[in-house]
Amino acid sequence: MPSPVKVEHINPFLSATIETFKSMLRTQITPGKIILIKGAKLSYDISGIIGLSGGARGTVTLSFPRITALKAVSEFIGEKVVTMDDTVKDAIGELTNIVAGSAKKDLAQYKINISLPSVITGENHKVLGGKEVIPLVVPFSSPLGDFNLIVSFISET
Amino acid sequence: MKILLVDDSSTMRRIQKNTLEKIGHTDVTEAEDGVDAIKKLAAGGFELVLMDWNMPNMTGIEALKKIKADPATKDIPVIMVTSESEKTRIMEAIQSGAANYVVKPFQPETLAEKISSIKK
Amino acid sequence: MAVGIRVEHVNPFVTSTMETFAKMVGVEAKPGKLMLKKDAKLEYDISGIIGLSGNAKGMVAMSFPKHTAVAVCNKFMSADYNDLHRDILDAVGELVNIVAGYAKRDLTEFAINISLPSVIVGPNHQIIDAKDAVSFVVPFTCPLGPFHLAVSLKST
Repeated sequence: MPSPVKVEHINPFLSATIETFKSMLRTQITPGKIILIKGAKLSYDISGIIGLSGGARGTVTLSFPRITALKAVSEFIGEKVVTMDDTVKDAIGELTNIVAGSAKKDLAQYKINISLPSVITGENHKVLGGKEVIPLVVPFSSPLGDFNLIVSFISET
Repeated sequence: MKILLVDDSSTMRRIQKNTLEKIGHTDVTEAEDGVDAIKKLAAGGFELVLMDWNMPNMTGIEALKKIKADPATKDIPVIMVTSESEKTRIMEAIQSGAANYVVKPFQPETLAEKISSIKK
Repeated sequence: MAVGIRVEHVNPFVTSTMETFAKMVGVEAKPGKLMLKKDAKLEYDISGIIGLSGNAKGMVAMSFPKHTAVAVCNKFMSADYNDLHRDILDAVGELVNIVAGYAKRDLTEFAINISLPSVIVGPNHQIIDAKDAVSFVVPFTCPLGPFHLAVSLKST
């Protein structure tokens, strides 16, 4: 049976998400209780996903309901967006890229490289991990709405 | 102040353009990679370049080196705006002639501060 | 100067998909014509996706209609599920992991490392790659049904 991601490995991603929303979206976000993805019935409308490799392997995903994504992207780019267009998809990818890139500096000992971000769209899609590790989910609440950070991470050393 | 904004993501360009506007800079030209930046700089008149690092065709660091090697453009200050936060990367940029460095995520105030420190 | 991404950089992923299916699923997977992803409007039920980094960055995705995923993974695991059971989802992640790990050996010029796989489930989801990458899609057919391999790459 795979074991869950270690909490100490999720903290840099949690802090990076808070910091990115604070500085680039001017939004205070509040993390809720960390949950295991296994038992979670979580589905989303848009997700930004990026791979981590090097001295550790993992993935970071930011998953949003449609309304939260539209409000978050409006804050991020400084213009109101109301439809799930290419700008929203691109911005969610960038946001994920910034969070992963920013978390990297607190995980310097693993010499992590990040992949390119991909964005998943589709009403009520789910993002799950593979069989090696059980991802952890951090539910965030914010004035823009709720969203989730999903992290899977395994140290190779 | 005439600014050249270089980033391969149109969304990141939009974000930075809106931020620049908020802090009073409205004369902004966009370039989508290093090659495009060099081409646009040749037109002359630019007083500042905001340069992303990871871009296709020609990366930001390659473009920075080219700008600093050309007598026509070497005096234009270049601020690197990037998610590359490692010290060695920052050193490489400064040694290649970058005037300053902004790591993503950044606050509009940080960008404003770094720009005004260059104006002095 | 960065190395350009060319069609031949996708070939190792095509070959490793064929080998993985031949050796581990026990069926022949035939690649169709390679397309640029932007020309293809693709929607899926289940995708395994894995990140690549090193001297090139990117993503590899294997995307399946539900019936293909169930049939392929049942054969892969010698199981007999008739829906998207959790084990089927894990197997999709494992397939993309094997395919990317295998392909990596033939892309030594890029010194690629792979991330952990993620599995996306949801009818008609789409995967949009980073705009600055070159994205290719290879449609495959096999006796268990059709699927797609998508590779997006950017040299760094």
